[in-house]
Amino acid sequence: MSTVALHGRAPRRPRYRLRRNLTEAAAIAFALVLMVWTLAPIYNMVAVSLERHGDVFTNNVWPEHPTLNGFWIVLSEGYWYLQYFWHQFGNSLYIGAATTFITLLIGSLASFSIGRMRLKKGWIISNAALLTYVIPASFLAIPFYSIMIKYGLANNLWAVIFAEVTFATPYAIFIFQQYGVSIPIELDEAARIDGASPLQVYLRIYLPLMAPALVAVGTYALLLAWNEYLYQFMLLSSTRSMTVPVALAQFLNSDEAPWNYMMATAIIYAIPPVAIYYAFRRRMTAGLTMGGVKG
Amino acid sequence: MSSTTFGAARALTAPALARPRRRAWRGGLQGSEFTWAIAFVVPYAAVFVAFVAYPVAYGLWMGHDPSLYTELFSEPIYLRTLVNTLIYLGIGVNLKMFGALLLSGFFMRRSWWTKGLLLIFVLPWAVPALPTFISIHWMLNGQWGLLNNVLWELFGIDGPGWLDTSRWLALGAVIASHIWKWMPFWTVILLAGRMAIPQELYDAAAVDGATGLQRFTHVTFPLLANLYLICTLLSTIFTLGDFNSVYFVSGGGPALSTHVLATLGIRDAFQIARPDLGVATVMSALPLMIPLVIILMRKLRTTEVQL
Repeated sequence: MSTVALHGRAPRRPRYRLRRNLTEAAAIAFALVLMVWTLAPIYNMVAVSLERHGDVFTNNVWPEHPTLNGFWIVLSEGYWYLQYFWHQFGNSLYIGAATTFITLLIGSLASFSIGRMRLKKGWIISNAALLTYVIPASFLAIPFYSIMIKYGLANNLWAVIFAEVTFATPYAIFIFQQYGVSIPIELDEAARIDGASPLQVYLRIYLPLMAPALVAVGTYALLLAWNEYLYQFMLLSSTRSMTVPVALAQFLNSDEAPWNYMMATAIIYAIPPVAIYYAFRRRMTAGLTMGGVKG
Repeated sequence: MSSTTFGAARALTAPALARPRRRAWRGGLQGSEFTWAIAFVVPYAAVFVAFVAYPVAYGLWMGHDPSLYTELFSEPIYLRTLVNTLIYLGIGVNLKMFGALLLSGFFMRRSWWTKGLLLIFVLPWAVPALPTFISIHWMLNGQWGLLNNVLWELFGIDGPGWLDTSRWLALGAVIASHIWKWMPFWTVILLAGRMAIPQELYDAAAVDGATGLQRFTHVTFPLLANLYLICTLLSTIFTLGDFNSVYFVSGGGPALSTHVLATLGIRDAFQIARPDLGVATVMSALPLMIPLVIILMRKLRTTEVQL
């Protein structure tokens, strides 16, 4: 050190470089720990799904005889628990699509009326939505269930769709109102002077300009409906009306849970939302930053 | 991060701008326009009344009998659940949010590999909760689980049964799973908040000779504090209602010792067929929830909706 110090200007650089390299090394070490933490449950899912049926109950860290047979069994409905897999997959898709459509429709209409037409007392609706957003869904589950039975919707996919719409719409109204501020109100005025009715303004001006927000909220609603478990579990009881997550959780309660088939089912079920998430990641994050998702 | 994220974060972090707004429908809504405006909000109003207001009122009616609460408080399971919920909130939320705050700083690094790392890091949040929680449940199995297999291979340690031997191990596992699932989300939010802070402020601080820590305490934290507070409140409410982590990782076991209010309520209602008791269980969280909701609604209104 002391010899280097004699040289005036030059000495600082190696020390600086050393420190930078040390920070970089620490950062990489930290990143590795973070990787292991993040990927362990996902690795476990993949590893178990690749096990042979008899090999699940062994002490392997990785599958000794990896096979895709588990996936094939799921896709061909070749196990008695999985005999309605595609039907249940279809139910999940149906619920997701219906929730997305209804959420976008109801949410955009309400926010057009409140935000653009400036409906008097519209803030009451905004506040009602905000309040719904901060009530945890699981706290409302029991009375919701009783009421769905009163409405005669027990064991009906529409009961679930209404539940998901209820919890997705507040977020939609929230985002639409915020995004709507960036669209000049003069456009509405101009159209109105040309004699357009409110419905025409909504269809021709509002919706096309709101496209980015529609994509963000649509993705959110689709993922919410696809990933949600509690309401689907409560409201859907027969094997044919079940969705994939409900069927998957049923596995857990059986005497000898076929873990490799379960994990294969779990992966197949998780692929669509992950793909959608990464495809729309930017839009999603933009929207989500303004709010949050419910667990 | 993309520019859209940046804009959104700015919406959250920047003080609300009083933007002059004009009505498109000047002079108020007239005649048929008013009818249109009403017709447009009716669908949402109907959803709210049928699926929020009515269930809430019905729930309040179901849980109005004071004797339910005396019954609850005489139950040891309920009291244990209450303690669990408080631990879950106190440790889970704060650890998660503080971790997210630190990690968002880490992901501000401008090296090529942190971008890729971020993509992997958000995976727990992108994957649906149920498959991963089931996977964690199996991973922590004392006899066949991956964790104990790895411990044995690497260190020759015979790990415990994480979920079925002790209440504290199981509760710890549940909290860790919750953090695993939700920390990435809050990291992304706080990262966006950090990116919205103008670089000039850091440059000015650097000119004044601020060290790394000083930059954090004098620039980053004051500007991020409001966002951090809102996120923590929001996360507290969401965690209070978190059903999946507990239900799938520990299932409330061993011996019903790791339930939280959300899972115990569902258990009361559906497994022992006492919906009124279930509602009472959930409603006993209201003294905690109502102040949180009021503060949060006030915060959200002033920082966001006015924009």
